[in-house]
Amino acid sequence: MCLGIPAKVTHFESPQEGKVDYLGTKVRVNFSLLEDVKIGDWVIVHAGFAITKLDEEDAQETLSLLREIAKAQEG
Amino acid sequence: MARMKELRDKNITHALLQEIKKKAGASSRRVRVMEVCGTHTMTIHRYGLKTPLERAGVEMVSGPGCPVCITPNEVHEACLDLLTEKENFILASFGDMTRVPTRKGSLQTAVPALRSTVKIVYSPEESLALARSNPDKEVVFFGVGFETTIPSIALTVRKALEENLPNYSVLSALWLIPPALRAILQAGETDISGFLYPGHVSAIIGTKPYQFVADEFRVPGAIAGFEPNDILLGISAILDQLREGRPKVYLEYGRAVTPSGNSLARAVMEEIMEPKDAFWRGLGRIPRSGLKLRNAYAAYDAQSKHKLRIEEGSGDLPGCRCGEILRGLITPPQCPLYLEKCSPDSPFGPCMVSFEGACYIYHKYGRQE
Repeated sequence: MCLGIPAKVTHFESPQEGKVDYLGTKVRVNFSLLEDVKIGDWVIVHAGFAITKLDEEDAQETLSLLREIAKAQEG
Repeated sequence: MARMKELRDKNITHALLQEIKKKAGASSRRVRVMEVCGTHTMTIHRYGLKTPLERAGVEMVSGPGCPVCITPNEVHEACLDLLTEKENFILASFGDMTRVPTRKGSLQTAVPALRSTVKIVYSPEESLALARSNPDKEVVFFGVGFETTIPSIALTVRKALEENLPNYSVLSALWLIPPALRAILQAGETDISGFLYPGHVSAIIGTKPYQFVADEFRVPGAIAGFEPNDILLGISAILDQLREGRPKVYLEYGRAVTPSGNSLARAVMEEIMEPKDAFWRGLGRIPRSGLKLRNAYAAYDAQSKHKLRIEEGSGDLPGCRCGEILRGLITPPQCPLYLEKCSPDSPFGPCMVSFEGACYIYHKYGRQE
């Protein structure tokens, strides 16, 4: 039930409501639980509400950590 | 951000498992990690990580992180009473709650009272829409969830008050994860070397509410994302903490979780709800582990509005060992009912119903031992 899906904000119908794109499907989402959401932001959607924003910089850190681990293993 | 393929990359998974094996091999004691969240259980089994982790020296144990499962049967039965005894009601519920078996059947099998019905909703807001579009009916939302879901339910109740909707209320079964972890640690029934903390609960509450686990109980932990390599990174961090003897709350899922969590969501929760002692399936009564609506919102509390009687512990099904599974005491195949009297087609207990229930997940991914 705590399943959350990462999706990209595509447009707003009001400051609190809008749509996100999830794997090509447009889904209506309530943004009331977040501050300063913009079109193009990535969010986690749970039960119709966006509950957190995804941070690109942190994602890149995780990815580079994973790439390092793979490289160390090869080496 | 859409395709972070490294998070599922099999070569990286292999490399991480090698690293985990080295680290776990260096540990003098058996390493048992409890994955608190049912969605983590799902990833571990879907990507076949359980057996390789065991071979690497890490036993994964499922915990209480399935809200459908830990909601005791007497609460489900109160919903059934509403549906079968009250006319002109709409009971709005998340899908898997409708299949939980009780002594009185399930919401799916029960025969509703005259002009009453069950509607499956995906979001709390949909239950509010039902109340708006059916002014001649009483709508009760079976609001179940952890911190991930609670703010959405709280906002929905606030909206009901703002719109002054007279025909709406919530039967709430709202559960807080940190007090449950304290209860598990205090009971000391099972050896836990570390916790894999739930990612989306943490997106709301942040890292601080778990700090007591490290400080008071000296148990390591990591907040992890839901991809296979997220989970392995989390486990690797737990092993580091074990080796160094420095338990902490490691944040692997930093792309979705900030150390302070979502303060706006928490403010909404706190505005509309207040803590109460709550009775969990398997874990029993835990101080301040649940939430109820504050007095200002009492008109939207279905339990008092519709005079529902809920007697703690009264709904237990003899033979069902779901409670022990939620405490990490046994694995699903150790229950005599598993795949005998209890299967996804004909579940005996809630852990076989929910997509996040350990029994359902074990069955789905074919684990017998």
